[in-house]
Amino acid sequence: MSATVITITSGKGGVGKTTTTANLGVALAQLNKRVVCIDVDIGLRNLDVVMGLENRIVYDLVHVIEGQCRLRQAMIKDKRMPELYLIPAAQTRDKSAVSPSDMVRLTDELRPDFDFVLIDSPAGIERGFRNAIAGADKVLVVTNPEVSAVRDADRIIGLVEAERKGPAQLILNRMRPAMVDRGDMLSTDDVLDVLAIDLIGIVPEDESILVGSNRGNPVAMDEKSLAGQAYRNIAMRLTGKDIPFIDFSKPRNGFLGKIANIFKRG
Amino acid sequence: MGILDFFNGTKATSKDIAKERLKVVLIHDRTDIPPAVMEQLRDEILDVIAKYVDFDRDAVDIRLDRENRLSQLVAEIPLRESPRSRRKR
Ligand SMILES: Nc1ncnc2c1ncn2[C@@H]1O[C@H](COP(=O)(O)OP(=O)(O)OP(=O)(O)O)[C@@H](O)[C@H]1O
Ligand SMILES: [Mg+2]
Repeated sequence: MSATVITITSGKGGVGKTTTTANLGVALAQLNKRVVCIDVDIGLRNLDVVMGLENRIVYDLVHVIEGQCRLRQAMIKDKRMPELYLIPAAQTRDKSAVSPSDMVRLTDELRPDFDFVLIDSPAGIERGFRNAIAGADKVLVVTNPEVSAVRDADRIIGLVEAERKGPAQLILNRMRPAMVDRGDMLSTDDVLDVLAIDLIGIVPEDESILVGSNRGNPVAMDEKSLAGQAYRNIAMRLTGKDIPFIDFSKPRNGFLGKIANIFKRG
Repeated sequence: MGILDFFNGTKATSKDIAKERLKVVLIHDRTDIPPAVMEQLRDEILDVIAKYVDFDRDAVDIRLDRENRLSQLVAEIPLRESPRSRRKR
């Protein structure tokens, strides 16, 4: 048994990497996969609060790497899920406390015991990004449908290729169907046309994401959340299932349309 | 009125403009050829070609293009037919 190590990265900050990591962690765990999420954003730790596990931190990633604790001691179990763990980032250190080879060693140590290792990358293209992708088997690039985020995604896709970690796959986050319909937001096809990479998920703009973050309950836990469904779909694709993409940008009316819309969830 | 308006005969939406701008920006990012250098490149190419053939500088289209993450320099230079060959036909 060997885990797939997946890094979630973006180039541009604030596009939804941490939200994606937390939700894919939950969604994969719900599929009875054994999952560990690692926050590599050293100095700007956030995955712990988004997952709602911040009160249980004793040790962190840097403690593990510096040998101040055993790996298992730094792994916080999410008790709501069958097999979901978090290794938090250090908050009072900086990126230089970890090297790419440390990350390769760490992920190799985790591989035998898990199905998925998810790595939440910091923004940027420097050390933190290199640490985040060092152990990756697969890289997911998160972007938003706006010029600057797509531009940075393109840059990251190129760097991922250069590091022989490609081809990266794309998660298009914060889509607003109404804006796409009136021509004020790049559509999924526009972004794919420009970036020319594989799509693995479309996540709508959804208020429930913020509500979930407020409470420390990732929306993938919420059966009724649209964004939650989008993350569950990505998780299924990661397990090899062929879940069709539905362009939810053109809501259809009428009875059949309403039925179709139920499935129109990224 | 931008180039998109011209082709569509309609007003370009903001996303059309975003997409066009993105395409241009990405090509320059990827090839590391800034727009000003591209202008210079264009002028020099045309100077060389002008030594050998006759063409209308205003009808020339030289651009960086990208397909499937591969960049290429594309030049379309419509040539003027010489008066003699025109007479023959
Ligand atoms: N689909 C969405 N709908 C609504 N809000 C969202 C969505 N995705 C992310 N957000 C919000 O955007 C903000 C940034 O998200 P997040 O922290 O996941 O980004 P990040 O890429 O990890 O940022 P950083 O680069 O700082 O690490 C958060 O407030 C989050 O709640
Ligand atoms: Mg983050």
